[in-house]
Amino acid sequence: MLQAARSGEGSLVVEGLRVDMIERGSGSPILFLHGENGIEPALAAIDELAKTSHVIAPTHPGFGGSELAPGMRSVDDLSYFYLDLLDQLDLPDLTVVGVSLGAWIAAEIAVKSAARMARLVMANAVGVKVGTRETRDIADIFAITDQEYLELAYCDPNAGRRDFKALPDAEVHAAARAREATARFAWSPYFHNPRLKSRLHRIRMPTLFLWGVHDRMLSEAYGRAYCAMIPGARFEPIERAGHFPDHEQPKIFAERVLAFAGGK
Amino acid sequence: MKVYQFSEQPYYPTWNDHSGSLRVILPNRKCDPHVAADLFHRYYDEYQLCDELGLNVMLNEHHQSATCMSSAVVVGLSILARATKRARLLVLGYPIGHRPDPLRVAEELSTIDVISRGRLDMGFIKGIPYEIAASNRNPTELMDRFWEAHDFILKAMTTHDQNFNWEGEFFHYRQVNIWPRVWQEPHPPVWSTTGSTAQARVLGERGYVMATLGTGFGTRKIFDAYRKAYLAKFGKAPGADRFAYLGLVAVSHDEAEARRRGQIIAGYLRTSAIVHVPFRNPPGYMPVEDNARMLRGETPPRGFTKDRRPLNIHACSTEDLIDAGILFCGTPDQVYGQLVEFCEHCGGMGNLLMMGHGGELTPAQTVDNLTLFSREVLPRLEAYRQPDAEAAAAAVAA
Repeated sequence: MLQAARSGEGSLVVEGLRVDMIERGSGSPILFLHGENGIEPALAAIDELAKTSHVIAPTHPGFGGSELAPGMRSVDDLSYFYLDLLDQLDLPDLTVVGVSLGAWIAAEIAVKSAARMARLVMANAVGVKVGTRETRDIADIFAITDQEYLELAYCDPNAGRRDFKALPDAEVHAAARAREATARFAWSPYFHNPRLKSRLHRIRMPTLFLWGVHDRMLSEAYGRAYCAMIPGARFEPIERAGHFPDHEQPKIFAERVLAFAGGK
Repeated sequence: MKVYQFSEQPYYPTWNDHSGSLRVILPNRKCDPHVAADLFHRYYDEYQLCDELGLNVMLNEHHQSATCMSSAVVVGLSILARATKRARLLVLGYPIGHRPDPLRVAEELSTIDVISRGRLDMGFIKGIPYEIAASNRNPTELMDRFWEAHDFILKAMTTHDQNFNWEGEFFHYRQVNIWPRVWQEPHPPVWSTTGSTAQARVLGERGYVMATLGTGFGTRKIFDAYRKAYLAKFGKAPGADRFAYLGLVAVSHDEAEARRRGQIIAGYLRTSAIVHVPFRNPPGYMPVEDNARMLRGETPPRGFTKDRRPLNIHACSTEDLIDAGILFCGTPDQVYGQLVEFCEHCGGMGNLLMMGHGGELTPAQTVDNLTLFSREVLPRLEAYRQPDAEAAAAAVAA
């Protein structure tokens, strides 16, 4: 039996590891797993979801103010952390929603055990390789300038721009930590697990792929190919959004998630 | 003082034709192998000259770069292990955290040590940020890999009687027994580089030879961090032989010619940071706190002159480089005087890593630079009495 318990406001201890956690709203539970850009850009979407549901949004180990366990090096490691977290929270009829890196984590959880998941939403998900070894499925975001990244990742590049000179220290620190943590978990193999593809057939729960169609870090063809690997998964484009539809279209994103969670 | 001659073995013909990056993404189409062959032969001729002149040799490696053609340093070490007779051969360094196979590194270095009959100095380094793209090693765990590779290599070099097992975080072997065994007992001297006081403390606790580059008259605080850690660990002061400094050296009886040479050799500094921006700071290479400061646009200067004037060493004048203790330049008397002043600043510095060739310095200029230095500066440096090590350490401990 797991020993961990809830700690102070805004954080949770799982198997001795303390992570930041936002908990808002009431209703059916949603576990929200943020993308590689950290939790801050997802706050508007979390608020939208919390209008009619109980949202639990942890900050992944290594991101924001969350601790990182020694030896935690892969999304596989993160998925085991979340399996422990799900056991601890014991949430019935849970919808798990992941964006990009968070969607990869969600898939890695689901192939291991779907016991505590009722349905899955994958938004602009990374995690698999669909092309040949010489095809760059996922843009090399560490080899391009900040401006080039904004143009690839966002429908409106200004949406992703942040003025670090004006932001509070904690947020600047979180941005620096997000970049490092992303590399820790996704450097090589780059944003994917070569083993995941052959395991996706194990995901037999209702699954929705949401796709910000202006994402040029990933292609829509990549998203559709990924979606086709999960039995019965549905693909829904989101207009006027890039790689982070939760950030660029929080209302539409939340509507789609809530409709799906409500059985529509 | 010991002196090691160093050249980056540059492919300078492309230095004015690079579209903004001399490293990582400069297409190798721009490298003419016939030109490269001529340059390599010339550079190795100059290393052999060093051997005759009584200078030691330092080699390094960088990857995907027109600033440095030595991309597999074991090749250069192998050539010189056979082709030289007296020079110590310093590799500074071997980026062991990047290497997939430290067993292979141990075998390569042991072989070099044996062929050279014990002339290898073994520098292990983290590697500059631009090397990450070539190795694709995860920058967030590079130093953990570095230390595990270090531990493994030293164990492989010092285990002689039975095979051993290694099942670590990064490397796995079950039957380790390298041949040939090293010449120098217990293993070739270990060197490393740093620019930070934190890493200087780590190196001081191990007693390794520590080298800095481009730190000029900011070097003392890094050396003192080493002294303090060394003293605490070993109960005595580290000798000057524990410290090394990479300085550019241009010497001529004609002061104007010395300045010209200094200006050309400093081309190394002016080109070394011409790198496509995204490759300059891979995630996890620097601590989060430093990256947060950079996001806010705060980037502290790396170089300082004697009077604490901050400098951009990649863009400043030749005179500024001399004032900063980065370029030692002038007549033999002047260069000797500058080096002694720098040693006094350091509280002792026993190994000059001399960049006596850089950029477009011609073979004739290089030969003259090295020859004049070895005849008129080196003997005086060898006779030079370093500052008292105990006094320098006592000042830090106090």
